[in-house]
Amino acid sequence: MFNASLKQLSLQLAEKKISSTELTTEFIKRIKALNPEYNAFITVNEELSLAQAQAADKMRASGKAGPLTGIPIAQKDIFCTKGWLTTCGSKMLSNFVSPYDAGVIERFNQAGAINIGKTNMDEFAMGSSNETSFYGPVKNPWDHAAVPGGSSGGAACAVAARLAPAATGTDTGGSIRQPAALCGISGIKPTYGLVSRYGMIAFASSLDQGGPMAKSAEDLALLLNVMTGFDPRDSTSLQRDTEDYARDLQKPLAGLRIGLPKEYFAEGMSKDVESAIEKALDEYRKLGAQTVEVSLPNAPLAIPVYYVLAPAEASSNLSRFDGVRYGHRAKSYGDLADMYRKSRAEGFGPEVKRRILIGTYVLSHGYYDAYYIKAQKLRRLIAQDFADAYKQCDIIMGPTTPTVAFNLGEKSGDPIQMYLSDIYTSAANLTGMPAMSIPVGFGDKNRPVGLHIIGNYFREAQMLNVAHQYQLATGWHLQSPV
Amino acid sequence: MQWEIVIGLEVHAQLSTQSKIFSGSSTAYGAAPNTQASVIDLALPGVLPVLNKGAVERAIKLGLSVGAKINSPSIFARKNYFYPDLPKGYQISQYELPVVQGGNIQIQVDGIEKNVRLTRAHLEEDAGKSLHEDFHGMSGIDLNRAGTPLLEIVSEPDMRSSAEAVAYAKTLHALVRWIGICDGNMQEGSFRCDANVSVRPRGTETLGTRCEIKNLNSFRFLEKAIDYEARRQIEILEDGGSIRQETRLYDANKDETRTMRTKEDANDYRYFPDPDLLPLEIPQSWIDQIKQTLPELPQARRDRYVSAFALSAYDASVLTSSREMADYFDATLKQLPAQAKLCANWIMGEISGQLNKEGIEMTACPITPAQLAALLARIHDGTISGKAAKTVFESMWNGELDKNVDAIIEAKGLKQISDDSAIEKLVDQVLAANAQQVADYRNGKEKAFNSLVGQIMKATQGKANPAQVNAMLKKKLDG
Repeated sequence: MFNASLKQLSLQLAEKKISSTELTTEFIKRIKALNPEYNAFITVNEELSLAQAQAADKMRASGKAGPLTGIPIAQKDIFCTKGWLTTCGSKMLSNFVSPYDAGVIERFNQAGAINIGKTNMDEFAMGSSNETSFYGPVKNPWDHAAVPGGSSGGAACAVAARLAPAATGTDTGGSIRQPAALCGISGIKPTYGLVSRYGMIAFASSLDQGGPMAKSAEDLALLLNVMTGFDPRDSTSLQRDTEDYARDLQKPLAGLRIGLPKEYFAEGMSKDVESAIEKALDEYRKLGAQTVEVSLPNAPLAIPVYYVLAPAEASSNLSRFDGVRYGHRAKSYGDLADMYRKSRAEGFGPEVKRRILIGTYVLSHGYYDAYYIKAQKLRRLIAQDFADAYKQCDIIMGPTTPTVAFNLGEKSGDPIQMYLSDIYTSAANLTGMPAMSIPVGFGDKNRPVGLHIIGNYFREAQMLNVAHQYQLATGWHLQSPV
Repeated sequence: MQWEIVIGLEVHAQLSTQSKIFSGSSTAYGAAPNTQASVIDLALPGVLPVLNKGAVERAIKLGLSVGAKINSPSIFARKNYFYPDLPKGYQISQYELPVVQGGNIQIQVDGIEKNVRLTRAHLEEDAGKSLHEDFHGMSGIDLNRAGTPLLEIVSEPDMRSSAEAVAYAKTLHALVRWIGICDGNMQEGSFRCDANVSVRPRGTETLGTRCEIKNLNSFRFLEKAIDYEARRQIEILEDGGSIRQETRLYDANKDETRTMRTKEDANDYRYFPDPDLLPLEIPQSWIDQIKQTLPELPQARRDRYVSAFALSAYDASVLTSSREMADYFDATLKQLPAQAKLCANWIMGEISGQLNKEGIEMTACPITPAQLAALLARIHDGTISGKAAKTVFESMWNGELDKNVDAIIEAKGLKQISDDSAIEKLVDQVLAANAQQVADYRNGKEKAFNSLVGQIMKATQGKANPAQVNAMLKKKLDG
């Protein structure tokens, strides 16, 4: 049951081999037993989850079940969830029970899915190891000495450790794909604007995008069918016809042109990762695809550009956490300025503070043009590089991360090293393009390696097809650490 | 030394939308604190702004009314600063590309026309209110007003006296009400002025250092604050001092301005484009559509009153000081064509006077344009005198006899005596009874004539047609 795909679970529910209430109870039992070790969940609320499960069973009994009805989904604690503690991994929101549901949560509720708990994450999604969480680090199920990646580290761990059949994540610079790679699961960041940002606590608004994390590309397709869609409450949400992301899963790959950016196959990538990626590419060639070298000359600038723009937006987005209306407020303070100072000093962790400071600096009078404006121009150039590359290929591939999962504590004292963990992923956020990671084997210390698949805008169905065909031919995605 | 005062105004006009600029909450005034603050207005984690189309439409109306350029795209930007009644820690405003750019407003001071250029008008959200009383040393926050749509209308420094500044503010106030984008209620803060004031030696070009006086919520305060501030600056300069650029507050009780904050402690607002809102693109077709809905503008109507009805510039400008008054005038004139001056006099005189006295709006005027026209028709056709008409007007105002003009004239016996033979008889009687005055007049005492007229009017309780009495008397005496 814990290794079952969403399709299999859905079938078992439909055939009444199991009820949602039973399924939910089983997962809650498993979370209760194993979460103290993994720390993948910040909040589990058996009562609320079981109430949803009972409602889902009724929904099914009345013949209104959809593909996800009755299936437990772990929700990243960045999505506001009515009646649930919604912390965003921060002390600042450690007392915040949301009075409303995020657009994504609404969609899962309407589909009859069960919220099985709120997953751990780097504080305000700022981090690549889940170590910045106020609620403590999460362990990598493959190796408890390793980080699970971040910021959606709790979600990746929950899926890999089979604490939930699937999970939601958000991705601002790689926060879905990097932890998916490090935990050996599949995850996709859709095209910017496909998934509603309403109720998804903002880190960097122009880069943030929600997406699913699961055991396989096929599962991702089912989840995307529920998660995407126009939301009038989000002005950056795209008004498009709904599509079935599973429609192309079975297409053969013959003739597919895979672009390999030479900048991504250069120094920086470790040998073990390179070897796993090369094997995966060989597999694709066997499946009938051809590989072509492409160039993204400005891609190496993605990290510096990202670390100007994301903190700039974050410094403003996080201003609302001022202790006035909700969230943490210092117990004792003098005047108003002191209340702000103490509440924010106590409520935010060091990484969040670092980014607020960077962001405030780059937006300051006299520096704005040199940093923010210049970064926006480079962002345009990076997007142009991809547009040029897609003239030569259908899809782009490379490593998701330069190394396999690093050890807990290994990079937490060196922010630059930590930031470089997103060296391959942040470009897709800057350009808004869809990108995903799938497991393609193991590297050093038997830790998972992820293949990064970047598609052109709105090519999610094609990417899922490419990933699914690989998963049909190989078994890496079926490997389980537990 | 002769000093010249230089003034530019920033006006915050609250747009008359039902809901807020980025949320669906009501904008109604006076509700219990925080009852009109949704999760969006409270800036809960995760909420996002969605632009109110009605606010944009109103901004476009203003732009079209002042001959400005409508920018497309225009950009919403975040103005970052911390304050407890600013829930997001930033205000969504417009910075580099405002929706309305340029434009002109014509003002009149002492009969002289003057053009004031507009710099821009941009959309933004209002903040909430901090309440510092009744909370035992703490402050209360009311976010009902947070997110209320504002149009900030910025003028060039084109005004040279407080009178010009007031004329500009009044013209703009009339305009925003005229085109229906703002209710103009200054007590409720729907129309607030900030004045930038500087002085310079007359004849010089360089602008002096300015001070900004914030939140002037009446025309009288605007005038007094500018006068005080200009005096203050001139005194400093004449004493050899220099002006410090700062933001000042006007204290109406003391009639003075005082420092609120200096340039040194001004915030760096770290403006940047709001990534939650896309660039605002306004198709020309929408602008054209809005243009169709615009009423005839005050300036155009003023010009028409002068050219088509031969009214004085002063009359035309008073009649167009509000759309309601101008519409009232037009409706009255429609019933009584070619009597523009008579209609104008009565609307500017009796009607306005009575409305002012009772403190009611033109829209609540108890006498309709048709009723007024019926009254004026009776003056015009000689049935009643102007003086008697005022008596009839009073009765109508009080709702007597269904405001029926003829019935009131009849009931009060106010009909003018216009019958020649009746007047001749009266004149003969008075001449016979006043031989001495007749003699005086004939001996060159012109005054005696007036006395005779007076006696005839007295005998008829004022009802004799004065023109006819005059003519008849003259004929009898001189003939």
